[in-house]
Amino acid sequence: MTNESNNLETATHPENLRRVAIDPVSRVEGHGKVTLLLDENDRIHQVRLHIVEFRGFEKFIQGRPYWEAPVMVQRLCGICPVSHHLAASKAMDMIVGATLTPTAEKVRRLMHYGQMLQSHALHFFHLCSPDLLFGFDSDVAKRNIVGVIGAYPDIAKQGVLLRKYGQEVIRVTSGKRVHGTGSIPGGVNKNVSIEERDYLLKDVDQIVAWSADAVGIARKLFEQNLDLYNEFGTFRAHTLNLVRADGGMDLYHGGLRARSMDGETLFDNFDYSRYWDVIFEDVKPWSYMKFPFLRSIGPEQGWYRVGPLTRVAQSDFIPSSLANQARKVFMAFNGGSAAKATLGTHWARMIEMLHSAEMIRELLHDPDLQGNDLVAKGERQERGVGVIEAPRGTLIHHYKVDESDQIVRCNLIVSTTHNNQAMNEAIRQVARQYLDGKKLTEGLLNHIEVAIRAFDPCLSCATHALGKMPLEVELLDADESRIDVLARSSEGSFCTPG
Amino acid sequence: MTEKKKLRIATTSLAGCFGCHMSFLDIDERILLLLELVEFDRSPITDIKHCGPCDIGIVEGGICNAENVHVLREFRKNCKTLIAIGACAINGGLPAQRNHLDLGSCLTEVYLTEPGLVHGHIPDDPELPLPLDKVHPLHEVVKIDYFIPGCPPSGDAIWKFLTDLIAGKTPELGHGLIKYD
Repeated sequence: MTNESNNLETATHPENLRRVAIDPVSRVEGHGKVTLLLDENDRIHQVRLHIVEFRGFEKFIQGRPYWEAPVMVQRLCGICPVSHHLAASKAMDMIVGATLTPTAEKVRRLMHYGQMLQSHALHFFHLCSPDLLFGFDSDVAKRNIVGVIGAYPDIAKQGVLLRKYGQEVIRVTSGKRVHGTGSIPGGVNKNVSIEERDYLLKDVDQIVAWSADAVGIARKLFEQNLDLYNEFGTFRAHTLNLVRADGGMDLYHGGLRARSMDGETLFDNFDYSRYWDVIFEDVKPWSYMKFPFLRSIGPEQGWYRVGPLTRVAQSDFIPSSLANQARKVFMAFNGGSAAKATLGTHWARMIEMLHSAEMIRELLHDPDLQGNDLVAKGERQERGVGVIEAPRGTLIHHYKVDESDQIVRCNLIVSTTHNNQAMNEAIRQVARQYLDGKKLTEGLLNHIEVAIRAFDPCLSCATHALGKMPLEVELLDADESRIDVLARSSEGSFCTPG
Repeated sequence: MTEKKKLRIATTSLAGCFGCHMSFLDIDERILLLLELVEFDRSPITDIKHCGPCDIGIVEGGICNAENVHVLREFRKNCKTLIAIGACAINGGLPAQRNHLDLGSCLTEVYLTEPGLVHGHIPDDPELPLPLDKVHPLHEVVKIDYFIPGCPPSGDAIWKFLTDLIAGKTPELGHGLIKYD
């Protein structure tokens, strides 16, 4: 136990402690790092995940015509551009007063499920599988996708081909694999032709089968390491996700559901176009990323968790048969422990990947995809809010547009931002469980990264790491002089430079 | 193992969105062929922290803070051939949209004046690296040997470029592979 067992955010007397930095930790769009403050007995007093890059997107989009937003905004992120593309499009649907035609909604949904599939495949296979398959303390030289290709060629190849299929769905619906232009205010600019449909149908059964296999892999990993997976970085949290009117999972559209850590429903099917009635944001001086919280609970205790674990556990069911079966197994497993565990997120993510594959198959058989009624219009509004469940969690886009069609205000709360405090909790928990009072080793450091990676591939790969970030950890004493340093050498081995 | 010594490649993303690295992965199963010809030094797919001596360096994203400058110089020092990939690396791209704005007013807007904030203040902890006043393209800081345009360039373009380069030819992207969007 630490001196401040329940809150490692701010040490009482930082001046007497030494600083350890994990820098860089990769993260969303740029660099992040973790800092720890320790006393002379290696007891930990403070742990923080800092987000260290500032973009100013909300400011520089002002003055741009509103129809540019869906194309501009996706360039915030090359890993989940479709999520930004669609969240902005949904906000612009409100601006132009449109109710989507069936063809437009289904083409967008197809694009979104393609995005879910590729992003979840990338995260599980390319980013996290090296830790999960080889172990958190395994040889750093092998702990990457190249190592997985060598040791588990079939699994690696399935991962590559699952991602490829998702990317092809995105290309067909948006014109490009990364930063396409398919969705526009009030609809879409193309349908899915018979040829395109047949091209995607050709492989879809295989993709569903491989996704089901991936759920099996994730489940097996949990079963084989039950104690570790149950406790690793696990903490209690309130939750937030979109659900459709009947409480089922819907990744494209729905109302907001929040539940307390005790399972009490705080609000349900809340109209997201007034999200600020329930969510505010806190600012802390040590991170460019804000800290959202539920207004009814307040900034101190009101933080929450979004993403696959929340969506699978807090939706009442999943509206596709294989994924719903998989959900039942997940929820019942070991008395429900996986549904509460940070590392259970990987299993939940694979269930969502299976759901996305099933939804792609269902949509491809829908003749509405070949419809020609693509764009709707209505009464022009000045305010638009678009919310979608992105791969990493709930994503909020909010714009105000003036009479000359220029955007005058913009607020974005991206998925990773919702999870800001949750990620800090996870690494503090890991620090308490594995690092407190011990001498640092490379393997222990990787535990911190493993906890961060469970949340979000943007954090695992934005700036540095598709899978593994390079690290140097410095131990500095109170007057900032270096007393110890650990670094990965250019061969990937871990050493203490003289 | 092949007889021939593999070429070493390093890649990194600075002030970019990672979309160019996604496109790199869009070579799909050809990555298995690529791994027969090259080995990765510092890159998102390895654990290597600092770029060692390499044949090819590929850099995505522009320069938005001092740390980006250090990383770019390290790449230039170690890589025989340095490639700027994508719009941000070539001209600053989307992040450079902030260049006509005052950085202070940007920070004020996002952290102080937006509705729905509590404890509004501009993050100023010493742990945060200072952002540069402007976002710069790579060639303003170091010499760049090749530029691959696109936002992002396609996986096919990256594959063609790399296979030409690895084969010892001057890379050529013909019609359909050179795109600026």
